Amino acid sequence: MSRNDAAAVLEPLIPALRRYARALVGDADAADDLVQDCLERALSRWWLRRAGDDPKPWLFTILRNLHIDRIRQTRRRGVAVEIDETNEPATTAEQDHGLGVRDALAALDLLPEEQKASILLVGVEDLSYEEAARVLDVPVGTLMSRLSRGRQRLRALIDGGRAPMLRRVK
Amino acid sequence: MSTDDRPIGEDDLVAAVDGRLSAERARLLDARIAEDPALGERIAAERRDREALRDRLAPIAEEPIPSRLRIAHLVEERRRAQRTRFGAIAAALLVFAAGAASGAIAMRALPSGSAPADMVAARPAVVLPTVVAEDASAAHRLFVAEVVHPVEVDAGHETHLLGWLSKRLGHPIVAPDLGRFGLKLIGGRLLPAGEGAAAQLMYEDDAGARLTVWVQATPGGETTAFRYRQDGGAGTFAWIDRGWGFAVTASMKRDGLLPIAEAIWRGFEGEKPREG
Repeated sequence: MSRNDAAAVLEPLIPALRRYARALVGDADAADDLVQDCLERALSRWWLRRAGDDPKPWLFTILRNLHIDRIRQTRRRGVAVEIDETNEPATTAEQDHGLGVRDALAALDLLPEEQKASILLVGVEDLSYEEAARVLDVPVGTLMSRLSRGRQRLRALIDGGRAPMLRRVK
Repeated sequence: MSTDDRPIGEDDLVAAVDGRLSAERARLLDARIAEDPALGERIAAERRDREALRDRLAPIAEEPIPSRLRIAHLVEERRRAQRTRFGAIAAALLVFAAGAASGAIAMRALPSGSAPADMVAARPAVVLPTVVAEDASAAHRLFVAEVVHPVEVDAGHETHLLGWLSKRLGHPIVAPDLGRFGLKLIGGRLLPAGEGAAAQLMYEDDAGARLTVWVQATPGGETTAFRYRQDGGAGTFAWIDRGWGFAVTASMKRDGLLPIAEAIWRGFEGEKPREG
């Protein structure tokens, strides 16, 4: 492995990986842990990377798999972390306080894991539909329907029947 | 796609939100919106949400990259770990701080060739410090609350306890002496971890507050820096050192736990912990 080679390819992608990780796990330290694990793994498999492979979806796949591993491990332990798409949040803490879900990120957090990841990869990280589907290991059609449902649910959460309370970012 | 004049579907609406619709499909969509303005409103609203999300997350990507994530740093860590790995026989030893009764067990630890360095070199990395931290933290929360059976074998049988755990882990372990933190070994237990086993040693202070030390084999695990996680009131420091994962968990703040983690880590390095 050439160190400069790895640095030149990987470093420009770190800001996006950090952003994606932060949106997935929330806590900044935990997110950077995830990114560090991802980069360590990428370095240990650097020689397995085929020349010409786009490193961006490759790295997002590694990060995504590490994240899912952790969720699964947590689930095995019996802690309730639901990644099933049928998981419909009934009310939210914000709603309990009568504030509505004020921003898009808070609303995103209430979505099922798979919809959340789809929306982030496509809508924020600008992966193509094909790339995002590969990262998530699903057919493109599945990705599209997750995007469609996820965005509609996000919309509903942000509106929450409280449109006047909405604070538009722009 | 056989023909491009198929009716507008969900895929088109998604692509419209992302601005990825072909000119041809966009014209079809416009015609549909003319009949059904609600469709246009939905797309506009979802576009605004998409932009809001991007705006909210943009500052994270603009933050300077923390030095621990720099590739040069990570590459250097890997090299250092490799040097250490192949460098010293001592590196293969799992020896905690010079605790009581360590001699006999440590001696048994020395056979050449049984060093985890062999495993480290042969197998791919599988266990991450964050996973060690999670497992250790979960086990801690489960067993510190136990009144009747907090440990499988109590410290009254320390030699037996450590011999047994050492045998099951395939490596000698010595209980770190945490006396200078006011902590006394009360016993330990064996737990599943990944594909193998982990040893959990439990300590208690005079007030009954408990701390656990977790050790598991992490074949192929890279040597890492400390990782911290917080689960409710319990804080955990975890790290991987030459094929072994360690964690220390207690209901303490990060600052209080760090010196204990460092003492255990130093003990593992084979240096005598400073007397407190």
